Amino acid sequence: MIMIFGIPVQALLGQLLIGLINGSFYAILSLGLAIIFGLLRVINFAHGAQYMLGAFVGYLMLQHLGIGYWPALILVPLVVGLSGAVVERFALRRLYDLDHLYGLLFTFGLALLIEGTFRYFFGASGQPYATPAALSGGNNLGFMYLPNYRGWVVVISFIVCIAVWALIEKTKLGAYLRAATENPKLVQAFGVNVPLLLTLTYAIGAGLAGFAGVLAAPIYQVSPLMGSNLIIVVFAVVVVGGMGSIMGAIVTGYLLGLMEGLTKVFYPEASNIVIFVIMAIVLLIRPAGLFGKEA
Amino acid sequence: MTDTTLDRPAAATGAPLLQIRDLHAWYGESHVLHGVNMEVRAGETVTLLGRNGVGKSTTLRSIVGLLRKRTGTITFRGEDMMTVPLHHTARRGIGFVPEERGIFASLSVEENLYLPPVVAEGGMPVDEIFQLFPNLKERRNSPGTKLSGGEQQMLAMARILRTGTSIMLLDEPTEGLAPVIIQRIGEVLSTLRARGMTILLVEQNFRFASKLADRFYVMEHGQITHGFPVAELPAQMDMLHDVLGV
Repeated sequence: MIMIFGIPVQALLGQLLIGLINGSFYAILSLGLAIIFGLLRVINFAHGAQYMLGAFVGYLMLQHLGIGYWPALILVPLVVGLSGAVVERFALRRLYDLDHLYGLLFTFGLALLIEGTFRYFFGASGQPYATPAALSGGNNLGFMYLPNYRGWVVVISFIVCIAVWALIEKTKLGAYLRAATENPKLVQAFGVNVPLLLTLTYAIGAGLAGFAGVLAAPIYQVSPLMGSNLIIVVFAVVVVGGMGSIMGAIVTGYLLGLMEGLTKVFYPEASNIVIFVIMAIVLLIRPAGLFGKEA
Repeated sequence: MTDTTLDRPAAATGAPLLQIRDLHAWYGESHVLHGVNMEVRAGETVTLLGRNGVGKSTTLRSIVGLLRKRTGTITFRGEDMMTVPLHHTARRGIGFVPEERGIFASLSVEENLYLPPVVAEGGMPVDEIFQLFPNLKERRNSPGTKLSGGEQQMLAMARILRTGTSIMLLDEPTEGLAPVIIQRIGEVLSTLRARGMTILLVEQNFRFASKLADRFYVMEHGQITHGFPVAELPAQMDMLHDVLGV
C-alpha cells in the first residue's frame, strides 16, 4: 500500500474528496454572502436558513408535487430567490439607513423564525432525499471509489461559482453591481435603478443558498438545522477570504474545505476547529482577509 | 434680463430648460440653501460663481436629486422634478459630473465610460469621444482610478456625453488640476458649447469660467445675489472682486 507521511494514499484522497465537496458548499454559500455584503452591507445571517429552505423546498416538491431533482435544481433557486426578493423589498430595505447591526439582527431573527417553523412541522430529525437515478452508483478510479453524485457536486458547484464570478466581473449587470458597491447614489444618479439592483442582488444571494440546499439534499439529510450547523463555518470562510471579495469567497471556500479534509487525516481531533484557527490567524495578520482590500 | 451675447448657432431662446424657484436644502439639520432662484435655457453655458461653502455644489446635488432634503421648485422641460426618483433624473436628461469625479476603481476606463445608461438619442459616439479625449482610448483597459486627475475628469465628462443628456451639470471640473490640463478641459467645453450642449458649470476658477459662460450667477450664503450676461462682465468686475476676491 502506498503511504504518504505514514497515511495510506486512499485515506488521504478520500478525505481530500470530502474536503473538496464540503469546500464546494462553502464556496457557493460564501459567494452568496459576499455578494450580499458587498452591495447591501448586510451580514446575511439568514443564509443558512435559506440553504435549508432550498433543501426543504426541493424535498417538498418531490414529496407533494412529484417534481424531481433536475427541475428542482432550477426551480428551487428561483423560489428561494423570490422569497429573498420579498424579504429585501419589504423588510431589509427599511434598514439600510440604520446601523449595519440592524440588518444583521433582522436576518438573524429571520433565520430563527424560518428554522423554528420547519422544526415545528418536521422535527429536528432529517428527511432522506434520494440521489437522482442518473447519478447513482460510482466509479472506481483505481486509487479510490468516487460516488457519481459527489463528483457531480464538485463539478456543478465549480461551474456555478465561475458563472457567478463571470456575471459580476464580465457583464454590464456586473459593472452596475461593482459600481453600486462603491458609490450607490452616484450610480443611481446616472439612471440605474439601484433599489431594483439591491433586490436582485439579495435574490441572487438567497437563490445561490437555495441551489446549494438542493445540491446538498441527497448527500446530507434534509433537516431544519442543516443550515445553522454550516453557516458559522461559512462566515469564517467569508472572513478569511475578505468580506465582499467575490474571488476570495470562492477560492477560500475550496481551500478551507481541503484544509479541513487534510486535518481529518493528520490530526482528526482538530478538524472541527481548524477553520476557526485559520480565521483567527488571518485576522491577526491580515484583518481585511486574504483577498480583501486593506482599508 | 436680456442676453445680448448669443453669437452661436444654438441660440438660447424661449422657455428655460431648467428653472429653479425658492430652492431650500438641508444637510441634516444644517440649512444650506436659502431660496435659490435661477434658470438655464437650452444651448446656454451658465456658470455659478461663489466662494467655498456658499452652496454651489449643494445646488447641483439638489437639482440632480442626490440631496433630497429640499423644498421649492425645480422644473426641467416644464416637469416638476421634486418628486422624480433619483434614478429617473438622468433619464429626463440631466447629466451630472461630480466634484469628486466619481470614477469607479473596480471598473476599467471602458466600463466606466459605458456605465451610465443612454438616456436619449444623439449622444456622442464613442469614436468621437476617443477623438476628443485620446488619452482615454489609450488607457481604456486600465482600472479607472489608475488615471491621472485630469484624465479622470475627462472620463467623468466623457461618460455623460455618451448618454445623450440634454444638460450637463459640472461641479468644479478644474479643481486640483495643472494649468495645461485646465486649458484642455476649457477647449473641450468650448467644443461642446459650440455644438449646442447646455451646460451648468460650478467654478471657483474665475479666469477659467469667464471665457466659457454665456451668463453668470453669483452665489453668497446659499442665495443667488447677482445674475448677468457675459457682456456685462466688465461692468461687474468690481462686484466680483468684492464677492470672490478675484
